[in-house]
Amino acid sequence: MTSTLDPSAPGGWRHRAGGLDRPGDEDGADHLDLLESHAIFVLREVAAECERPVLLFSGGKDSAVLLRLAEKAFSPGRLPFPVLHVDTGHNFPEVLAFRDRRMAELGEELLVASVQDAIDQGRVPDPGPGGSRNRLQSAVLLEAIARHRFDACFGGGRRDEDKARAKERVLSFRNALGQWDPKRQRPELWNLYWGRVLPGEHVRAFPLSDWTELDVWRYVAREALELPSLYYAHPRRVVERDGMLLAVSEHVEPRPGERERVETVRFRTVGDATCTGAVRSEASDAIAVVAEVAASTVSERGATRADDRVSDSAMEDRKREGYF
Amino acid sequence: MGQRTADRTIVPTRPGDLLRFAAVGSVDDGKSTLIGRLLHDTRQLFDDQLAAVGAASRRRGAGDLDLSFVTDGLRAEREQGITIDVAYRYAATPRRSFVIADCPGHVQYTRNMATGASTADLALVVVDATTGLREQTRRHVCIASLLGVGTLVVVANKMDRVAWDPDAHGRVVTEVEELAETLGLSVAAVVPASALLGDNVAVRSAATPWYQGPTVLDALEEAPAGVWSGAGGSRLAVQWVIRRPGGGRAYAGMVTGGPMRPGDAVAVLPSGQVATITGLSTADGPLERAAPGRSVAVELSDDLDVGRGDLLAAGDEPPTVTRNVEATVCWFASAPLHAGDRFHVKHTTRVTRGTIDTVIERVDMGSLHRQPATSLTENDIGTVRLTTADPLVVDPYRDNRVTGSFVLVDPATHATVGAGMVTRPVATEPDGLPAL
Repeated sequence: MTSTLDPSAPGGWRHRAGGLDRPGDEDGADHLDLLESHAIFVLREVAAECERPVLLFSGGKDSAVLLRLAEKAFSPGRLPFPVLHVDTGHNFPEVLAFRDRRMAELGEELLVASVQDAIDQGRVPDPGPGGSRNRLQSAVLLEAIARHRFDACFGGGRRDEDKARAKERVLSFRNALGQWDPKRQRPELWNLYWGRVLPGEHVRAFPLSDWTELDVWRYVAREALELPSLYYAHPRRVVERDGMLLAVSEHVEPRPGERERVETVRFRTVGDATCTGAVRSEASDAIAVVAEVAASTVSERGATRADDRVSDSAMEDRKREGYF
Repeated sequence: MGQRTADRTIVPTRPGDLLRFAAVGSVDDGKSTLIGRLLHDTRQLFDDQLAAVGAASRRRGAGDLDLSFVTDGLRAEREQGITIDVAYRYAATPRRSFVIADCPGHVQYTRNMATGASTADLALVVVDATTGLREQTRRHVCIASLLGVGTLVVVANKMDRVAWDPDAHGRVVTEVEELAETLGLSVAAVVPASALLGDNVAVRSAATPWYQGPTVLDALEEAPAGVWSGAGGSRLAVQWVIRRPGGGRAYAGMVTGGPMRPGDAVAVLPSGQVATITGLSTADGPLERAAPGRSVAVELSDDLDVGRGDLLAAGDEPPTVTRNVEATVCWFASAPLHAGDRFHVKHTTRVTRGTIDTVIERVDMGSLHRQPATSLTENDIGTVRLTTADPLVVDPYRDNRVTGSFVLVDPATHATVGAGMVTRPVATEPDGLPAL
């Protein structure tokens, strides 16, 4: 491999490709700077054009990057929109702690739409203690959108995550039922984003559309962004299920025939604890994760998400129903 | 060229190392298969993605590995074997990184193709060598050209089906050269290839000893990255006004057309007030220079009335302030466009009302000639004259992709129904303004 990371380079992580160190241009603006600039542009457009936007924050790495970008877009002012967490109730404690710490730092309002409350009140069916609440999030999110009359939701979705996401617009229209119609997406030319909708409809806005998993990690390293500790290598009690390492917790107990053991792992994605797998890793900081992600031969969701293994079009089906 | 060592570990970070290209051409000529092949042969696909493509191929009776499934990710696309909407993919070789827009070929999805091509530097035009250029190929190249794509890499695909006949390649070369000359485009290469088998895609083929040009990958790596240097000077459309603690305001937006520096004199348009840039910053601190594509906050020497939708312009060639423009329009709606039709117009960060005064002409896709017309039907490209309720601050599209473009939005549904490129700002007569 002829690629080396040069942490001493100004303006962040500079790569040497094929032994050639390309000199920086006069601005020191690199690919990450341009991705950052585009994301900030989208955040400002939607904030200016939509009546009631909201930023969806799960405590995962993509939404942590999104939140930092929102902070930058309106700095030194406050965020011109609230932050919403759709809480499955199947959380990793580190993620909730990170969420609360981050919101306290920002001094911003956090709204929580609780899947547990929706189950308790009979508004959505209970999938049982070990069942995934992934799909229920869609219904609970749409409820929150209707209740608060949100007309735009910022999400941390990226096109490199999944083949259905690869098709999605930066501003993605949702009808009055919250549905995405992939066969009838609206044209979206240049950087001319149209965020206005009729009452009851909304848009999902994805400022990180053109970022890859590697871009996100390079940005985390460059900005020294804090993430929940489970993104870095740590010893954890796990069981192996469907080829994935699931963290043993109150939500995931070993089943007959499964053997609990302690492994050194980290998480590549963070979602519902019952369907998010860990990967074996020794990467204990963002710089090590950049190297690990760059060399990975398995995709982020392929490695860690049982929810995408249900069928070949699992993501498309969930998105049609209103998923993130 | 032999074996490639490309994979995801090599990610160039310089802006000049990034090429955005759109794969265009008619339906069934093999665009998605070509992109799948390119990603596969440069080892951009993850093991699990490849396994999923293989499984989907076998399930749908499409052999062991139908590479078109790499980008045709929607269920309907796989069922019908066509591309419905643009897929964006990201790739990197040791020489540069790519943003790839795999565009649909069907005429009914032309709006999606235009979406994909609007941000592209280069068009990768896929032609079926067994049939030659089709009307839809011409339409795509014409749209790409109007959108400002100046360079084509052409793939004469399915050469295996004509036994690698050099004459079949030669016929594509002749047709492409004629088309490129009509539209004023440059052709980097016409590569005889088989996306299905991989010949001349990333790896040079033994079947074409008569061909001395580059492979598809070589051509994409060597093509000039389309840096849009505006002829008019630096521009910034104000998106948002940031209030500084303790007083003072900064105007947030993205720089376009040319670099902006503290000390630059700028006109605030449409009002015409003049000021000097006293500060240029991001949330991370001050900048000495901001290149096109950077989102910044600008502070001005004078306390002026500046808000969202205003344009800051530097340089010797100021943009035109006008309520009347002549523009090339790609029309996407099923109902035809006529004189008198009214829309929301979004231009830079300004939204206003607009009405079509006249439809002047449309492009005939067979001959690529402009013919007089009174309406545009779905997927037509034509020239119109537009009047807006508020003044726009425009540059011709050929000088600036940002200040020269607008979209037309249906006020009833909020759907984007047209994309416009300013060809000529029309001087506004003080008295004879049409009432809106």
